Amino acid sequence: MPINYYIFLAVALFCIGVAGVLTRRNAIIIFMCIELMLNAVNLLLVAFSKMHYHALSATAPHAGIDGQLFVFFIMVVAAAEVSVGLAVIVMMYRNTHSIDVNFLNRLKH
Amino acid sequence: MNSILLSAIWGIVMMFSGVFTQNKTIIRYTAIVGLVALLAGNCADMIGYHVAIDVHKMLNYDEFGMLGNAIAFVSTLLLVLVSGRDMERVGHNLAEYFALIFFVLCGVAIVTSFNTLLMLFLGIEIISIPLYILTGSDKRNLKSNEAALKYFLMGSFSTGLMLLGIALLYGASQNGTFFIDDLWTGGPAVATRPMFMAGLLLLLVSMGFKVSAAPFHFWTPDVYDGAPTVFTSFMATIVKVSIFIGFVRLFEDGFGESRDRWQIFVAIITAATLFIGNITAVFQQSVKRMLAYSSIAQAGFMLLALLALNAVSRQGMLLYAAVYGVATIGIFAVLIRMKDYTFEGFNGLAKKQPVLAATLTIFLLSLAGIPLTGGFFAKYYMLAAVVESGHFMWLVIFAVLCAAVSVYYYFRVIQAMYFKDGEGSTETEPGVGFKGMLVVLAAVVVVLGVWPQVLLGLLAKFPYTW
Repeated sequence: MPINYYIFLAVALFCIGVAGVLTRRNAIIIFMCIELMLNAVNLLLVAFSKMHYHALSATAPHAGIDGQLFVFFIMVVAAAEVSVGLAVIVMMYRNTHSIDVNFLNRLKH
Repeated sequence: MNSILLSAIWGIVMMFSGVFTQNKTIIRYTAIVGLVALLAGNCADMIGYHVAIDVHKMLNYDEFGMLGNAIAFVSTLLLVLVSGRDMERVGHNLAEYFALIFFVLCGVAIVTSFNTLLMLFLGIEIISIPLYILTGSDKRNLKSNEAALKYFLMGSFSTGLMLLGIALLYGASQNGTFFIDDLWTGGPAVATRPMFMAGLLLLLVSMGFKVSAAPFHFWTPDVYDGAPTVFTSFMATIVKVSIFIGFVRLFEDGFGESRDRWQIFVAIITAATLFIGNITAVFQQSVKRMLAYSSIAQAGFMLLALLALNAVSRQGMLLYAAVYGVATIGIFAVLIRMKDYTFEGFNGLAKKQPVLAATLTIFLLSLAGIPLTGGFFAKYYMLAAVVESGHFMWLVIFAVLCAAVSVYYYFRVIQAMYFKDGEGSTETEPGVGFKGMLVVLAAVVVVLGVWPQVLLGLLAKFPYTW
């Protein structure tokens, strides 16, 4: 399959994530949209890794392996971010009993 | 390498010190010992003694990054010495705050020495994740909660953009690599690919988010205002300048050859940052918020290094990192002790606390870029670097005009302290140690202003080989 399909799919998923972050008001849903963005990137990296492998495997047997390794690092970092992010959301819920980000306008005054 | 290892290990030591003792003085001194050790390790690295670990060229040590590390560690040490006691008042978990600060410093050491986009990503994340926690460390305070949530959402959003940029650059590179100096392999043919340009711009935008450059700065005032002031001081100085050092490395080593294609974007971002930062700062009522906007404006000046990308700009970047860091730490240290964070709160401070007022004046003069203080030479080097590169002369003129605007809001504080009568008072009577540290900070600012070669000479003194 040509690489274009993968790029379109990944970029479409990424754009759904971005649109979600910009329009939704619920902190958890925003959070899920950010995860969607990260996973779209994972998909893109794996596809590019395979592409580089096909192009270069004749000369370099390990070509394209970096991309797949990167995916694991993104997963680990995303997990760390989730743990901190959910803790922040819980802390906020305890104080305000709401996870609506419209609440965040208070600081401007 | 030393600094990465030491900071990670000492972070764990700090975590355990919280288990074994509740004595806050012991914890604070443990942190100070750790910072001194970190600094010593970094200096040992600079003269060639380091732990030999094969990193497969994923990290690349040079004098620029090493000196950037040293500046970050010295600034953190000064911050802990001058405001360590105020950290105790944020909450009960003092040891954990220090542990998080050490983990941030580990990220700083990675960001100043990365050689692949993977390490850049990891370094930025190791810096960001502990900062989300530090921002929200005042758990009962609603403002701190909001700041943490806002910072977290903005930070992870910009991380997503950065990752897409990295993935696109990986796809565009000819031999499937994340090494920043190989991205350009294949010459101009690579750079004309839309994927390369899209990746580059996404990286520019996400780094712009991290250093609060103008169209992406909107989170900065809220987060800086809401976070506990000690940690605002840490974020606005040490973290910001070290991400800037990474920013300069990335665009110099990775995209230096394709600079004709992206410099116009950086020029627009710089102009917008200078303009918005300075103009908005004029209208602030709270000194803490004014400092947040002033840190945006100072980021505009540091972005000039990205336009020039020559030897002068590297010197200017380091000088700016040191001078801006020390002066801002000093201002925040005084601000923490104030009862009232508005401009009126400073009225008549000079009569009650002459030492605080005098040192604060030196810091503010330095940020405004008045000669005989470090800020003057920092700004001078930045402008000289752009002039030497020969492009964007309009931006130099614009930057000077913006610096003139900045004098207004910095002098408002000085005017309030010296020429207005009022109750301007601190919460508690500051001790001799605190005043002494402020004088030391002011002395550093003045020495760098009279004789910047103290610092810059080091760049040439340690020809680093790994």
